[in-house]
Amino acid sequence: MRYLPKSTAERQQMLAAIGKKSIEELFSSIPERYRLRKPLNIPGPYSEEEIIQYFKARAAENSGGYTSFLGAGVYNHLRSVVTDAIIQRGEFLTSYTPYQAEITQGTLQAIFEFQTLMCQLTGQEVANASMYDGSTAATEAVLMAERLTGRQRVLAARSVHPEYREVLRTFAKNSGLQVEEIAFTKSGTVDPKALQGLLKDDVAAVVVQSPNFFGAIESYGALAAAAHSCGALLVVVITEAVSLGLVQPPAEADIVAMEGQSFGLAPSYGGPFAGVIASKDKNVRQMPGRLAGQTTDSEGCRGFVLTLATREQHIRREKATSNICTNQALCALAATVHMTLLGKEGLREMAGQNLSKAQFALGELLKVSGVRRTFDAPFFNEFTVELPKSVKLVNAQLVREKIIGPFVLGTAYPELTKHALVCVTETTTRAEIERFAGAVKKALEQPV
Amino acid sequence: MNTRIKKATRHTNQSEGLIFEKSSPGKRAFELPPLDVPAADPGRALGKVYRREGVEGFPEVSEIEVIRHFTRLSTWNYAIDLGMYPLGSCTMKYNPRVNEFVARLDGIATEHPFQPQELSQGCLKILRLLEKCLLEITGMDALTLQPAAGAHGELTGLLLIRAYLEKQGNPRKKVLIPDSAHGTNPATAVIAGYEVENIRSGPEGQVDIAKLREQVTPDVAALMVTNPSTLGIFEQSIPEIAEILHTKGALLYMDGANMNALTGVTRPGDFGVDVMHLNLHKTFSTPHGGGGPGAGPVAMKKILEPFRPVPILVEKEGGRLALESVRPDSIGRVKAFSGNFGVLVRALAYILAYGPGVRQATEDAVLNANYIRKNLEGVYDLPYSLPSMHEVVFSDAKQKKNGVSTMDIAKRLIDYGFHPYTTAFPLIVHGALMIEPTESESREECDLFIDAMKSIAEESASQPELVKTAPHTTRVKRLDEVGAARKPILRWKPGGSRSEAAD
Repeated sequence: MRYLPKSTAERQQMLAAIGKKSIEELFSSIPERYRLRKPLNIPGPYSEEEIIQYFKARAAENSGGYTSFLGAGVYNHLRSVVTDAIIQRGEFLTSYTPYQAEITQGTLQAIFEFQTLMCQLTGQEVANASMYDGSTAATEAVLMAERLTGRQRVLAARSVHPEYREVLRTFAKNSGLQVEEIAFTKSGTVDPKALQGLLKDDVAAVVVQSPNFFGAIESYGALAAAAHSCGALLVVVITEAVSLGLVQPPAEADIVAMEGQSFGLAPSYGGPFAGVIASKDKNVRQMPGRLAGQTTDSEGCRGFVLTLATREQHIRREKATSNICTNQALCALAATVHMTLLGKEGLREMAGQNLSKAQFALGELLKVSGVRRTFDAPFFNEFTVELPKSVKLVNAQLVREKIIGPFVLGTAYPELTKHALVCVTETTTRAEIERFAGAVKKALEQPV
Repeated sequence: MNTRIKKATRHTNQSEGLIFEKSSPGKRAFELPPLDVPAADPGRALGKVYRREGVEGFPEVSEIEVIRHFTRLSTWNYAIDLGMYPLGSCTMKYNPRVNEFVARLDGIATEHPFQPQELSQGCLKILRLLEKCLLEITGMDALTLQPAAGAHGELTGLLLIRAYLEKQGNPRKKVLIPDSAHGTNPATAVIAGYEVENIRSGPEGQVDIAKLREQVTPDVAALMVTNPSTLGIFEQSIPEIAEILHTKGALLYMDGANMNALTGVTRPGDFGVDVMHLNLHKTFSTPHGGGGPGAGPVAMKKILEPFRPVPILVEKEGGRLALESVRPDSIGRVKAFSGNFGVLVRALAYILAYGPGVRQATEDAVLNANYIRKNLEGVYDLPYSLPSMHEVVFSDAKQKKNGVSTMDIAKRLIDYGFHPYTTAFPLIVHGALMIEPTESESREECDLFIDAMKSIAEESASQPELVKTAPHTTRVKRLDEVGAARKPILRWKPGGSRSEAAD
């Protein structure tokens, strides 16, 4: 087997050296009746070429050749080949968590840079080395708020990603957290009256997303003031990080939970991505996950180490702030390289293109008879429209035109049947947008 | 440096500042295609309060500077690609490059989790085949691929147990965890809403059966056991442990971190385990990537199947596959979308490369660990003498007499060109040296490691200061961790000022 660096003769020599007659003897501590006597029933062994052919065949059964208008938490953005070249260097790819700082300075400095970039983007003061994804980061942010406030009621906006809220419910159940939902207004943003009605001095966190699941941008100032007036913390969830190139950062938030997928990570059918938690310095001892910190060596040279580990499971065990161990380090590195490539100008330009294309796409769709804009709040690269027909039916027509239509809102929001969440990024061309609008028009004209 | 050291030599590293320190206004490393629609005015489209004038402090560098920056950083890392990485419990094995290649294919990396399932059959077939392979390897009945890492899998597993017991009327209060367990186990149990009760290891490092019998009360929901244990020893009485738990209505959770010792040789489903997680980034070689991403699928017995997290992969008529999100008894969703798909792709590529021959990898891993044990026994203290599986745990008892600790030996090992073993874990061994070579090491590499460890043992006796001040060949010397924690600097700021984190 090509991955195994031993010949049969070497195996025999090594066995002899340890005084064993057969490999079987090495497994003598496993009770006889539990030892497998037949080979596993799994396919293989495959050569490298056969592996490639298997996956190419599967790839051909997916969506190749289709143009997509899906976002809803996972975004198609340009990615430079440089990012992949860097993260495939064996020194990054095949290294472990940087516990031995002297020989993992590369990973540690890159994490430190990632933490810095995340602070700059979010307007927060401290960010960790990554969480699994945005959804689990949002849940961890809520658990962090619970520890900081000692309270157990959580108000989560209905305009937060439905799957993020589901994850929160899964983990809240056993932590004694009570999660209630805040309605949205006709503009598509958090309803301040509904929020006021729910806010009391037993609320740990108010959780909002911006741009929210409908694409609408929330105004943080009033939300923060409302939450803080009751001693609650404001948790801001961000699923489209590129928006931060143009939109004001949630500096007023106490905790930011962000999905970093938009920065250099492929959609990859839903993962692996990179979750982020950022907060204020005063909250750092209650943060989950790893943190890299700057220090000096015995000769005074600058170096980096994993620090404040007394929050973590391998030191604190049942008293840890989280059970997270493995995070998404290589994805965070990809995001770091990608953001460095984009730089200040590139990020602003990319964000600007998203905004322009989404504005253009909305304009094109509104030219189609019967299509109406659902909400009037400002949006970044996603917006919601109402169709005169079922979105599922329209999408079925679009698939015939090799177009993957927008996200169907009716499943998660029964009050929004016939409403669709359209996403356009810098990767969508004008021609594709025009073809899409034309196909929607055609689909709406078809008799039901 | 000792001239007998065959593997490592000094090499010059280039110094490299932080990217922010190299930045100068007006440079960029990425250009977009020209905008083909009218440019929107952000002020008008977003309104004044939403508009942002660029991200303050964001780097401004060219492409070659980005390449050099990260390439230079990379040279400061040790990696499996450079040599043996015997971190016990971490299973640092070779990461085949073809796995990286297939995960990046068009039609794999490009797929959106919400695209129509008719246009995702390739992705779903990959998930289905991986499920089947992992069920065969574990001997279990049902599986979820959703969890993103081992600890996330543990949590999912405990929530399954909780949901199952709740359905029977009482979720119970406690989870038993041996003192040799990974820190994630107790941390996880608490998040799942359980109290942790530690169980002490017996004199040979095994679960003390008599003690366990007393501790399994009607309050106990489950026992979380790592098998082989963190001492690298197979829990021989595991069928009996399962029986004790089952008699009292409690379940057996197995931490599958050490599955590299068992794959193809024995199956947890056959020896009484009810639910377990796998670390695909360990046993199934998806790379660790400096700390992730991983994947932590959870395999379970039939009784737990109704509680699996959504989405659930189902086979429809005509062989069409679908992900379903509505299940009345499900514990809910544990992560948005559908698992760490890209990691799952890599794990399947690894399994396909071996097929049933994956047993050979297990055999070689166990052979390597025992070969190292045999050669270092007597040189280092072996606190538990039961047969080793895929890793061996020594202690620094002999070297401690000269004031040399496991951490010192580990740091000195760096000078010899190896990554250190796991230090000071498991907690039941004072001054532990936990060595897991994996199957990826040739006899030559094992011999070099053995030579290095013997040489360090000699140095510990003859010139302990040399060992205690190691490493001597690295870019930075031992770093001030106490200072780092006392006055945390967790981000760069213009002018190099520190982040004033709370004490």
